[in-house]
Amino acid sequence: MEFLLAIFSISYQFGDAFAFLVISCAGLAVIFGMMGIINLAHGEFIMCGAYVTAASARAGLPLPMAIACGALAAAIIGMALERTVIRHLYHRPLDSIIATWGISLIATQGVLILLGPTMQGIGTPLGSTLIGDRSYSIYRLVLFATSIGLLLGLYLLFYRTRFGVISRATIQRPDTARALGVDTRRVYALTFGLGAGLAGLAGGLYAPTMTMVPTMGSTFIVESFVTVVVGGADIFLGAAPAAAILAVIKAALTAWYGQLFGQIGLLVAVIIVIRVMPGGLSAFIKRWQK
Amino acid sequence: MRIHHNRTLIAALLAGTCLASGPVLAQDGPIKIGVLEDQSGDFAAATNVKVNAIRLATQEINDAGGIAGRPIELVIYDTQSDNRRYQEFMRRVLQQDQVDVVFAGFSSASREAYRPIVNQFNGLAFYNNQYEGGVCDANMIVTGAVPEQQFSTLIPWMMETYGPNVYTLAADYNFGQISAEWVRQIVAEQGGTMVGEEFIPLGVSQFSQTIQNIQQSDADFVVTLLVGAAQASYYEQANSASVGLPMASSVNVGQGYEHKRFTPPSLANMYVTTNYIEEIDTPESNDFVERFRAMFPNEPYINQEAANSYIGINLYKQLVERAGSTDHDAIRAVIAEGDVCFDGPSGNVCLDPKSQHMSHTIYLARVESDHSITFPEVWENITPYWLGDAGCDLTQNDPSAQYTPSNPPPAQ
Repeated sequence: MEFLLAIFSISYQFGDAFAFLVISCAGLAVIFGMMGIINLAHGEFIMCGAYVTAASARAGLPLPMAIACGALAAAIIGMALERTVIRHLYHRPLDSIIATWGISLIATQGVLILLGPTMQGIGTPLGSTLIGDRSYSIYRLVLFATSIGLLLGLYLLFYRTRFGVISRATIQRPDTARALGVDTRRVYALTFGLGAGLAGLAGGLYAPTMTMVPTMGSTFIVESFVTVVVGGADIFLGAAPAAAILAVIKAALTAWYGQLFGQIGLLVAVIIVIRVMPGGLSAFIKRWQK
Repeated sequence: MRIHHNRTLIAALLAGTCLASGPVLAQDGPIKIGVLEDQSGDFAAATNVKVNAIRLATQEINDAGGIAGRPIELVIYDTQSDNRRYQEFMRRVLQQDQVDVVFAGFSSASREAYRPIVNQFNGLAFYNNQYEGGVCDANMIVTGAVPEQQFSTLIPWMMETYGPNVYTLAADYNFGQISAEWVRQIVAEQGGTMVGEEFIPLGVSQFSQTIQNIQQSDADFVVTLLVGAAQASYYEQANSASVGLPMASSVNVGQGYEHKRFTPPSLANMYVTTNYIEEIDTPESNDFVERFRAMFPNEPYINQEAANSYIGINLYKQLVERAGSTDHDAIRAVIAEGDVCFDGPSGNVCLDPKSQHMSHTIYLARVESDHSITFPEVWENITPYWLGDAGCDLTQNDPSAQYTPSNPPPAQ
């Protein structure tokens, strides 16, 4: 029994780290991993999702609806930005870094000026459950389940729907796709909007557990970039296994040596990975499959 | 040769003009006070109010005729919670704006970033934050509370009330490390046990594993020395995991008004020693809150740093008026008299000549489950004794160093 409880507690920590990595990197995996745009405003899409979620939850919407609102708001803003700014920078990666960084600064400072330095939080729902002699937050278990659901949903979207096929075709061979009658501009806009919406979803999901401040997105940035860089271009062959491996590293180091070493472990892992396999896990796995 | 000659002439002329006009201007013009505070970035929530407190004190003093007849002029820069900005703007206010005194800094990292620059240009800076203590520097006047005021009251009270097993959770930089050292030392002196201690890098917002470590220990209470908006996520997460332990802190509530921002009951059962918060129900405090809100109706919370900043401006007024000038040596001679006191929002406070730190009335604030505040205990007139006892005496010499219990001033 003692053994089972220890196993559960370790799995809980792993699941928690995994959920955080997957949920925070999903949007970036689409925009950076698939589309190749280095999106430094990723954290601000997360912040946008969190703020809209908190505002709508406090206005009386049930939390799942509020989170959906947050994701939708981020998606709409994402599509608007794609049309006005990002679209012109698809083949200029360095310029897109500057542009998205600028957007991120404007968003953080704009929110600070308009809404003030903090916003009241909404509180974590569902309470806790006692397993053995330790209590666990139920919402954290929901987050883990959500991260699995999210991966599954994205898999179905990209591999089992018409939008997914067209979107992958557009990103891999834009000329051919256009020759076959695909409105590639629209597909780019929708895919970017999807990425932004996923970032908003991350913000919404973590809004109840965090302090609401304009800079809150920055706490997601390191983890999401590390996961996407380790993962490489493919969400399923890359980001998902990368999240799993990094979650093990982070949970184990944090349990044994504390938060600082958890952070160090993540960064050392990314340095090793980009040295040994520059294309990330997904390129490595694909080569190994051939 | 002619060019050289001309240059010398011009230089001499310029120097003459400066010498002639400098003191006259300084006596007639306004007194310039530089204000470097984080109005944006990670610390903005707790520090915007400090700037407004300085504005309030300035307006009151200017309306009443200024400092010795000279109006105060504020030179305000937003340091963006960024230590490099502190260095950049500290140089600018001292060199370019030529201010008479600077009010600067929230985090200890930022204070240590700008302090060498204040020393280099022999400026005078007020640091109005509670902090980990130990700065023995004649160029600094510290109005914030220090560990011997906040911890030597708080920790023994907590141990007596809840038990001897202590778990410390601290931000991983100079403030957290040195504060944790103080906690460790006081716990040992009181015969308690440190059952755990973890340092959290700034910006970390996920605490699942940390929470589990605390649950596994036999802690009777948790000392939370967490700093910044990201780390504040701990309380919500600990609450949702039902940690259920009392918390003790020197930084929460009194700075970042977490009890107003978070959903009850995530901060329930937290105890904080602070020298001021707006809930303190005394005539002086209520009067201060009323004047503050009359000028800044939308101020979310009036915290201890706001009171300290307000007191700081008023202390500076007294110092300049008694010294008869803004000259730093003259001001320090007044401090050395040892009777520089001010009756302000937090009661009567006095500057200690040896350390140039300030005495305080320390309030023990308890956060109830609906996030209202009660005060189970008040300690009056707690002096900042440690530096003076340890051997720092700014009336004799100026080491311009920061000391800790494990690194005290060298024996004279």
